[in-house]
Amino acid sequence: MNDAPITLPSSPGWPGDGVHRVPYWVYTDPDTYRRELDRFYYAGHWCYIGLEAEIPHPGDFRRSVVGERSVIMVRTQDGGVRVLENVCAHRGAQFCRERQGNRKEFVCPYHQWAYDLEGKLRGIPYRRGIRQDGQLNGGMPADFQMEGRGLTSLKVAVRGGVVFASFDHSLESFEDYLGPTILSYFDRVFDGRKLKVLGYNRQRIPGNWKLMQENIKDPYHPGLLHSWFVTFGLWRADSKTSLKMDPHKRHAAMIGVRSVGKPAGDVVSGVTSYKADMSLRDPRQLDIVPEEWWKGPTAVMLTLFPSLIIQQQVNSLSMRHIQPRGPGVFDFVWTHFAFEDDSDEMIQRRLLQANLFGPSGYVSADDGEVIEFSQMGFQEKPDQQCLLEMGGHDSEEATNIASETLIRGMYEYWRRVMGV
Amino acid sequence: MNQALEAQAYTELLQLYAEYTAAIDAGDWDRWPEFFTEDCVYKLQPRENHERGLPLATLHFHSKGMLQDRVYGIRETLFHDPYYQRHVVSLPRVLAVDRGRWFLEANYAVFRTKLGEISTVFNVGRYLDEVVRVDGALKFASRFCIYDSEMIPNAIIYPI
Ligand code: FES
Ligand SMILES: [Fe+2]
Repeated sequence: MNDAPITLPSSPGWPGDGVHRVPYWVYTDPDTYRRELDRFYYAGHWCYIGLEAEIPHPGDFRRSVVGERSVIMVRTQDGGVRVLENVCAHRGAQFCRERQGNRKEFVCPYHQWAYDLEGKLRGIPYRRGIRQDGQLNGGMPADFQMEGRGLTSLKVAVRGGVVFASFDHSLESFEDYLGPTILSYFDRVFDGRKLKVLGYNRQRIPGNWKLMQENIKDPYHPGLLHSWFVTFGLWRADSKTSLKMDPHKRHAAMIGVRSVGKPAGDVVSGVTSYKADMSLRDPRQLDIVPEEWWKGPTAVMLTLFPSLIIQQQVNSLSMRHIQPRGPGVFDFVWTHFAFEDDSDEMIQRRLLQANLFGPSGYVSADDGEVIEFSQMGFQEKPDQQCLLEMGGHDSEEATNIASETLIRGMYEYWRRVMGV
Repeated sequence: MNQALEAQAYTELLQLYAEYTAAIDAGDWDRWPEFFTEDCVYKLQPRENHERGLPLATLHFHSKGMLQDRVYGIRETLFHDPYYQRHVVSLPRVLAVDRGRWFLEANYAVFRTKLGEISTVFNVGRYLDEVVRVDGALKFASRFCIYDSEMIPNAIIYPI
């Protein structure tokens, strides 16, 4: 773990002992944000990079990010996956500008230093100098070693076709990092079936990156904010729910079984987003067909700290990559996928249900909006506090939607790592 | 311009484009589905997906009914910060005319203005359209909004 010197936060400090109050400055303070990058994104944690299906052939590459750092995910000649930092070893140029492609080697445009797909330095123009009047002049010193001068290569974990990486080579295994419970929900989706990328959505959300983790650790809001969830029973107070965490409480699973039929009065009384007489003119958008591999739950939303949300909500599947860009803004990149053995009908169904998600989605567009509103409130009063008391003050696992236990669990972990 | 396309028909197409833009900039959502055929396709899609043949779209509607469902969503279910939108649309370029179907392309830029804020460039791209005549009136059989903008500024709620 990173042991950068602890600087006193320019903020009033943590209120009390617990995590049922979270001060606004955790979302706005620039020093806190820098330390979060160092401790969560650049050390001690596996970060999401992409899907193996995005780079099927040797030489295929696709750019991604770890925190704010640009990296390249590449398929090597022997079929392995490497993740290399996109920073030239010579003078730091972020040399790879394409989003993706296929290369035999990477060449920096500035002075044409060449790297192989493993990131090893293979060529330096005029390394031995320039011949002038029968003499070699200039060039690198005779004792210069190319060995060990390559691109920064990250530690890589691939499981079920999903690629994670870390700058921290002393990191525990990906399996240990997730812990058995969360790993079992990860494996439920990524059980070895080949994946098929359906496409991308990108949005820039003016809020702190943690707010997106919290949004998907918050089962309290979907049945209130999202009419489609409450009206069509996808996620609401009478849905069978369980809230699970890893032993460190950094990752979580929100597991739900959709409610069918009309809700009882107390489930929706006073819930203005419930529209009793709403029906779709074209019901194909919610043509839900249960799949065997769900094994019961109709939705499992996984938050893998710090950088990833894995969505299975009925037939729609996506990886949502959190890419922080400062204390008050992050990019949110969605990769929707299917399985290679899906029928055409199933792929069409997944694509139509994607209308619920993403920057325009019926149950997602408004999440970005409310995150922006929260951030606006935080910026005005950094010493004010969020109230997180739904379901009590502790962070035990729970089985109902009126609970903020997963967010409290995340802040227990956050406080430990951040030393506040 | 394609010789098969008479000036008269082109003027009518311009009318369709102008009315569509006016309706969605005025927030006249009920009019929006009426510019389309019953079994229309409407897509709002990032350029990367379009160019690489990846089928995912930001919005993907397969019928006028789905457009009407979207209108209900804008009005009743999608919580959002209100904003004005203003489209600037180029003259449509005729790509082909085939048995009464016009295939067209037009550039667009959408500006967004939130209450109390300055106006910003919101979404930039091009329309790829297929226009047919139904009962005498021109309608979009399909309208694909393929956008260059690499990042959506938080959310797109209203139709492009
Ligand atoms: S900075 Fe890359 S070769 Fe010089
Ligand atoms: Fe939500």
